[in-house]
Amino acid sequence: MTYIRSKFRHPALPKNELGYTTQEYEGAISTLCAGCGHDSISGSIIQACYEMSIEPHRIAKLSGIGCSSKTPTYFLGNSHGFNSVHGRMPSVATGANMANRDLVYMGVSGDGDTASIGMGQFVHVIRRNLNMVYIVMNNGCYGLTKGQDSATADEGSKSKKGTPNPFQPIDLAGLALELGATFVAQSFSGDKEQLIPLIKEAIEHPGFAFINVISPCVTFNNNPGSTKSYDYVREHIEATATTDFVPEKKEIITHYEKGTGTDIEMHDGTYIRLEKLAATRDPFDRLGAIIALQNSRNRNEILTGLLYVEPKTSDLHETIQTSERPLNSLGQEELCPGAGELAGINQGMR
Amino acid sequence: MSDLDLGMNDHLSDPFEWDDKRKYIRGKVLSAEQLEEIPRFGRYLDVDGDGITYRTIPGTHPTKGSFFTRGSSRDEYAAYTEDGTVYARNMARLLKKWDTAKDTVPAPYLYQQKNKSPYGLIFFGTSTYSAEEAMDIMAGQNIVFDALRLKAFPFNKTVEDFVDTHERVFVIEQNRDGQVRSLLINELNANPQKLIAVLNYDGMPITADIIMAQITKNLSPVKNLMYQ
Repeated sequence: MTYIRSKFRHPALPKNELGYTTQEYEGAISTLCAGCGHDSISGSIIQACYEMSIEPHRIAKLSGIGCSSKTPTYFLGNSHGFNSVHGRMPSVATGANMANRDLVYMGVSGDGDTASIGMGQFVHVIRRNLNMVYIVMNNGCYGLTKGQDSATADEGSKSKKGTPNPFQPIDLAGLALELGATFVAQSFSGDKEQLIPLIKEAIEHPGFAFINVISPCVTFNNNPGSTKSYDYVREHIEATATTDFVPEKKEIITHYEKGTGTDIEMHDGTYIRLEKLAATRDPFDRLGAIIALQNSRNRNEILTGLLYVEPKTSDLHETIQTSERPLNSLGQEELCPGAGELAGINQGMR
Repeated sequence: MSDLDLGMNDHLSDPFEWDDKRKYIRGKVLSAEQLEEIPRFGRYLDVDGDGITYRTIPGTHPTKGSFFTRGSSRDEYAAYTEDGTVYARNMARLLKKWDTAKDTVPAPYLYQQKNKSPYGLIFFGTSTYSAEEAMDIMAGQNIVFDALRLKAFPFNKTVEDFVDTHERVFVIEQNRDGQVRSLLINELNANPQKLIAVLNYDGMPITADIIMAQITKNLSPVKNLMYQ
């Protein structure tokens, strides 16, 4: 199949601090089904990176296998990308991050890729606190293989074929909290106002930042009886707080009334602003986040927004004390101590 | 010595050495300056005919050099395509790369300058010491073999020549199916009847006795095993 996309963009398109329009952050035309929630998430990633004025070549985008993992083709066309093996994106991201700590690592995965085949990798990348954004485009089914239930499908949820799922779902946000993730958020592909700031915050977070995004599969899981359909999610969504990302260089935006929000200072001086925060919700309280998530599940609601953040955290590089300079920039002079040094080491073992 | 002995004990090697003249070679990597000089970077574009294409390291250049590594079919510029002719072109390029690799992988170790016997041994890895011991014992019985220790795959020309210039070659390996023998047959188009499998797969390391027993069985009728 061949698609042709017009390269024309309005000359008056706004530019960011780098002088780029959103066009510089776009990718190839999507081949996903029309109306797929994943395309909305791709759009949010494009918008977030554009608004943050990140140079596209300073981003590495990585994915596993599945409809979700196809999306890196459809955003950030000027960034290096790696469509890896099913469920193995965290390993590739870890290797790339270890080699060059200076890039932004944007990982995209799906519910099958993360909650089934890649579960082992998912839990370990969390415990290592790798500095990356990990977005799960969660549609509760295997869309690429005709819509079988995935491990995040709710018990009793009906797919297009009408059979209720007999198994308990895996709650990825709850799991991430339990495992000690330092940034956990949940959102809906149809809510860009919430999702774009969350992605920005996740990029700024100096450790592992997880966003579970409910993203309806319009072809196989958007029917009555499904708990991942557009209609169901819109009816059962509950936001913890409205969030916004405040860059270091800008004044705090005035339309937020003072005192109604909580500013969370990030490591580099930027702020996450939580607006209309529920009185009982504290974004630094892991246990409270777990309880809030469980309570909303008991009410058949989907809790969205920033659930938990630990702003001043140590990522994997700090934990294992790697060099400040990216490893891939070190040459033989820095890496090879030479024959004399080796002889000394050998002698020390005698 | 059993595998458990190998795993549970310390084994001393000769001290490691480093030659200060050796330089790191990071392969065909393009710098930002080099990217500036080319009109368009193609991750899978063979520009110099060896089948090995240039790569870039993420973050090298603001607008040139990025590419998307994908599992599906792609063209020379790493862009998705379902065009069969492009796919075939890539496959042919990989074959060329395979041929190039034959001359760049480590060459095998030859135990003789020129052939002394119509019979050869091929072995590798942990079969090496047992094979050498078997050769020594049989040499004491005036049964002489030429020998080659494989160090890499794909096989280079030396391996092909070794097989071609011997009447019979014993391939010593520790698996049931004679996997390296199969590779020699497939890759070098060698006559299967010429390649005799010497196998051990009982869970214990191969010994010189096992090697000698299987070789001797295949040496009858005994003929003069040394070139005059």
